[in-house]
Amino acid sequence: MTKKNIAVKIDHVSKSFKLPTESSNSLRTTLVNRLKGIKGYTEQHVLKDISFEVEEGDFFGIVGRNGSGKSTLLKIISQIYMPEKGQVLVNGKLVSFIELGVGFNPELTGKENVYLNGAMLGFSVEEIDTMYDDIVDFAELSDFMNQKLKNYSSGMQVRLAFSVAIKAQGDVLVLDEVLAVGDEAFQRKCNDYFMERRKSGKTTILVTHDMGAVQKYCNKALMIKDGEVIANGEPSAVAAKYRAANFEVTDHHKASGDDSNVTYLPGTNAEVPRVEINLLTKDVLSRDDVLKFEIIYETVVDMPTGFGFSIIDLTSGGQFSIIDDGAVQQNIFTPWSNKKGIVKKVYELPLRAFNNRDFMIVGSVFTGTDMIGDFKQIGYIFTDRGPRFFVRNEDGVSGPLLVEKGQFLD
Amino acid sequence: MKFFDKKNKILLNELIKTDFKLRYQGSAIGYLWSILKPVLLFLVLYVVFVRFLRFGAGVPHFAVALLLGMTVWNFFSEVTNMGMISIVSRGDLMRKISFSKPIIIFSVTANALINFGINLIVVLAFALVNGVRFTPKILFLPFLTVELILLSVGIAFLLATLFVKYRDLGPVWEVFLQAFMYATPIIYPVTMLFTNGVGVTWYARILMLNPMAQIIQDLRYTLIDPVNITTWQIVPMSVAWVPYILSPIIFMFGLTVFNKQSDKFAEII
Repeated sequence: MTKKNIAVKIDHVSKSFKLPTESSNSLRTTLVNRLKGIKGYTEQHVLKDISFEVEEGDFFGIVGRNGSGKSTLLKIISQIYMPEKGQVLVNGKLVSFIELGVGFNPELTGKENVYLNGAMLGFSVEEIDTMYDDIVDFAELSDFMNQKLKNYSSGMQVRLAFSVAIKAQGDVLVLDEVLAVGDEAFQRKCNDYFMERRKSGKTTILVTHDMGAVQKYCNKALMIKDGEVIANGEPSAVAAKYRAANFEVTDHHKASGDDSNVTYLPGTNAEVPRVEINLLTKDVLSRDDVLKFEIIYETVVDMPTGFGFSIIDLTSGGQFSIIDDGAVQQNIFTPWSNKKGIVKKVYELPLRAFNNRDFMIVGSVFTGTDMIGDFKQIGYIFTDRGPRFFVRNEDGVSGPLLVEKGQFLD
Repeated sequence: MKFFDKKNKILLNELIKTDFKLRYQGSAIGYLWSILKPVLLFLVLYVVFVRFLRFGAGVPHFAVALLLGMTVWNFFSEVTNMGMISIVSRGDLMRKISFSKPIIIFSVTANALINFGINLIVVLAFALVNGVRFTPKILFLPFLTVELILLSVGIAFLLATLFVKYRDLGPVWEVFLQAFMYATPIIYPVTMLFTNGVGVTWYARILMLNPMAQIIQDLRYTLIDPVNITTWQIVPMSVAWVPYILSPIIFMFGLTVFNKQSDKFAEII
């Protein structure tokens, strides 16, 4: 394989902001603070030594929780902020769409705004002339282009801005949280566009919370947390990590009121100190084997509890469970126990139906009532510590998930 | 200069067009206002200062000189005032898009220059009506205009940079401009600073060292009548060059400071 060209290279980038502790937007406070020897700010390190590369043609996802530094990173890529340390290298023309309606002027018509916006992105009048019809078509606003922007609905404005950004013929497109733009029809259109762009060989960088989008469009992804890269690579792996990180936060929240010297595994807490799934067979199995595993959890309060688990197919990205079983069936919760203490069950699954693939077992401890949908998760095992097993048959093909096939009728 | 690569030129063009388009948007006679406004303002000045207060009664064509002075001053005050707030008022843009920041100041200047041009045409027309005879000295006009632009833009760069951090500058500059205007011989003839209208005083010399006074008096001298007293006529040659050299120095200094700080604008605004 030939080495691809680098489109964007982020090389050991660090960035910190001085957050004023007292507002010094006036001369007086600045002078007074200087005299008193007060620095007047605290330093916040938003990005810490970040490095990664985006190759030409990549659809690159950047994920992270709120405040993780991803928007700052995006602004550094777009050269709106200058990195404190390190370097940013961009090959080709970069078009960034960070927030909606960049530089739109309500007093100008839609058409004039397209040209103004285009100029801000660095396109000449002639260049925009050639893109203009495309932009208007995509935004579905051809009847309104001679109206002033102030007469547009907010949805129309957003559609126009988005269309300018994606139809502008840049080499690298940078998008921030834009997938919730417009109505359903427009979203579908955007979806089609992204799928197409993915194939087109143009570079795209997408920042989002939507893991579905990351797994759907991106061929590479990066997760940052507290200003550091904590995962970089396969979108599905990064998405799994992101979900796990989101769960961790709810844990801290739950455990915060309790003894701080007790540490709990992810998914466990003071109420549910133990959640385990243990394979009772070896982890590489064949079609003739029966998978056997035990579920163990412990609760410290008397309440109805039960365990629901999913087996997920890692080979296809781990997004969908192929088997759901346990205490929750058809959205109805049936308790395994009403008392506190240790609950243990063993589960068996013959593997005849499966081709060669990698699987994982994940699950949650639930409590609830017999009303439909009335149950909640109180402990869990997620992809960070769910046990894996691998089906490896002699025929050696990975093939589709199921062995089962239909037949042609003559 | 790197500011004028293709991308920046396009953006500058669009910004100027937009500002001009929006200036009289929604008014009944539109662009006509750009001519009508200075004509009406000049009429007011003329009536107040020349007819009622009788300033400059002994100076030939003082009415024309007054209007020319006001035109030059208006350009200076428009560039510095608008330039100062321009970065902050486009903060929205700065946080979302990367572009060459001096473009914003240049677009403000270009629009002020359009106004200046229109006003100047009105003044020159008025001068002709008033019986002023133009001489080949009028060829100095472009050079003096360049000096005026460099001075105004240089100060605008400095103000814009400071205003991003210190919003107190708004009222401070407004007051300063007012004081500066009266310190410049615009609405009164320079001779008013002389003892009995003939003896050159030390404060007249100092006031004439400010570049605005020098520019305005040089323009009056070259365009209207050699009777208008210039800096180099009353200040010894050993210091008379100072105001001329000050404009490019202020411009380069302003630009340097601005460029050094402009990387941080997006974060501070």
